[in-house]
Amino acid sequence: MINQLTEYLSYDFVRSALIAGSLAAVLGAIVGYFVVIRRVGFAAHALAHVGFTGATGAALFGISPLNGMLVISVLAGAMMGVFGNRLHRSEIAIGMVLSVCLGVGTLFLTLYSGFAGQASAILFGNIFGVSWHQIIQITILSVASLGVLLLFSRKLLFASIQPDLAEARGVSLSLLSVVFMIILGVSVTLASQVVGILLVFTLIIGPAGIAARLFRGFWSGTAASLVVALAAVWTGIILACATNWPPSFWITGILFVLYLLVEVFSRFVLRLER
Amino acid sequence: MTSALAIADAGVRLGGHEILRAVNAEIAPGEFIGIFGPNGAGKSTLIRAILGLTPICTGTITVFGVPAGRANRLIGYMPQSRVSLEGTALSARSMIAAVAAGDGWGMPWNRRGLREEVDRAMELAGVEEYANRPFAVLSGGERQRVGLAQALLGKPQLLLLDEPLASLDPKNQMLLIERIADIKKTTGTTILFTAHDVNPLLGVMDRVLYIAGGEAAIGSIDDVITSEALSHLYKTDIRAIRVEGNIFIVAAEGGIIEAAHHD
Repeated sequence: MINQLTEYLSYDFVRSALIAGSLAAVLGAIVGYFVVIRRVGFAAHALAHVGFTGATGAALFGISPLNGMLVISVLAGAMMGVFGNRLHRSEIAIGMVLSVCLGVGTLFLTLYSGFAGQASAILFGNIFGVSWHQIIQITILSVASLGVLLLFSRKLLFASIQPDLAEARGVSLSLLSVVFMIILGVSVTLASQVVGILLVFTLIIGPAGIAARLFRGFWSGTAASLVVALAAVWTGIILACATNWPPSFWITGILFVLYLLVEVFSRFVLRLER
Repeated sequence: MTSALAIADAGVRLGGHEILRAVNAEIAPGEFIGIFGPNGAGKSTLIRAILGLTPICTGTITVFGVPAGRANRLIGYMPQSRVSLEGTALSARSMIAAVAAGDGWGMPWNRRGLREEVDRAMELAGVEEYANRPFAVLSGGERQRVGLAQALLGKPQLLLLDEPLASLDPKNQMLLIERIADIKKTTGTTILFTAHDVNPLLGVMDRVLYIAGGEAAIGSIDDVITSEALSHLYKTDIRAIRVEGNIFIVAAEGGIIEAAHHD
């Protein structure tokens, strides 16, 4: 088994996948913890869908899908941050915007015929196809996002837990919301490089949701979220090598099984549901 | 001696509507003031104006001699909104620790001084016995005391409690009121407490501030909760009826305006 592992690791594309996957997992795990306590899971999902238009439209303008998605997700995130609370109450509007984004994305796919083969890579991820150039970009993006997030994390936790009191203490809720949604836009884009746009939800919400259901402190929760995310991504990539099944399948599968176990445990042992 | 809170001719307009006009009140340090009035009378608006979150269009509000403004460290605030962390195991202690110096930059790591401050606030609010249990499984009364502990962080001189009794049963209402009266006694904190019903607070209030029709009356219970004073505020015929130590406020043509009514 050790021999097998060293053989997989001797391949460049496996090592690249592990590096890119780890970076996306680390950012997703920490951002995801805030997504869970701020209850903006739907926004994460929405950003991924909006990003699809950016990823497919990018080809028309001759830029890479990663850049296209990044620009669109960050812009959409900033807008969601600006409109903030009003968005929660307009599910229909969001649903319509998401659908039209996917629709326009499909149009872009058709218009740029040479690009059609990449559709499944964008939708379901293509972690083994990550280039060194992309790894450098992913590293810069995740380090910058993490840096900003950590700088704001104290205020963000306060504002997530007790927004009215935070506002009274002089914390700008709207600024925090915009900053956080921009970081979420970057995280969603990076996570989509690993598991694809349709499965982004697992990597952002999965590890953090599992950790937040088990751990009672902020630090234990985020640490557990990190461990779960890295374990799922690494195991998923290695199992994909061993089975030739897609890594997206393994990563989502592992996280789903963990989620089920934790759900049962927290319901019947911790009695989290009243 | 400067008053804890001085409100002079304060008026608030929101979206073109006059919510409060010419509110006057002078509150001494260490007083326990109950703030009452019908739904939408402007109780929360007054609280937000004292916090500097809602601007006043006329008059002045000063807190310990300083004009009302945001981020006033002398004020502790327990908002009316209730957070829900359903489905997470985040403990009561974590919820309180997250608020301690929460307006700072960097990561939410609390040094020893802050951890001791969290312990002190938890002890005052009576949270210790369930400090490590998930917030999501706590009862309504226990959750309110977590909010109280959050408000007590940083040793505020003025405590603004916005509807802390909402959605509590009578027993938990009494427990929370006793706890707050104790805090007033041990720390000397000035307390402003908004509520729907005057009765649970009759034994602990020093004075009442009654808001109706955009105006306010402040004074002792016997001066303000009377048929004459309330009729004047509501601009209609109101009766304050005293029965076995309780006060019921009803409109003369029928219909209870304020009794044991809670959302």
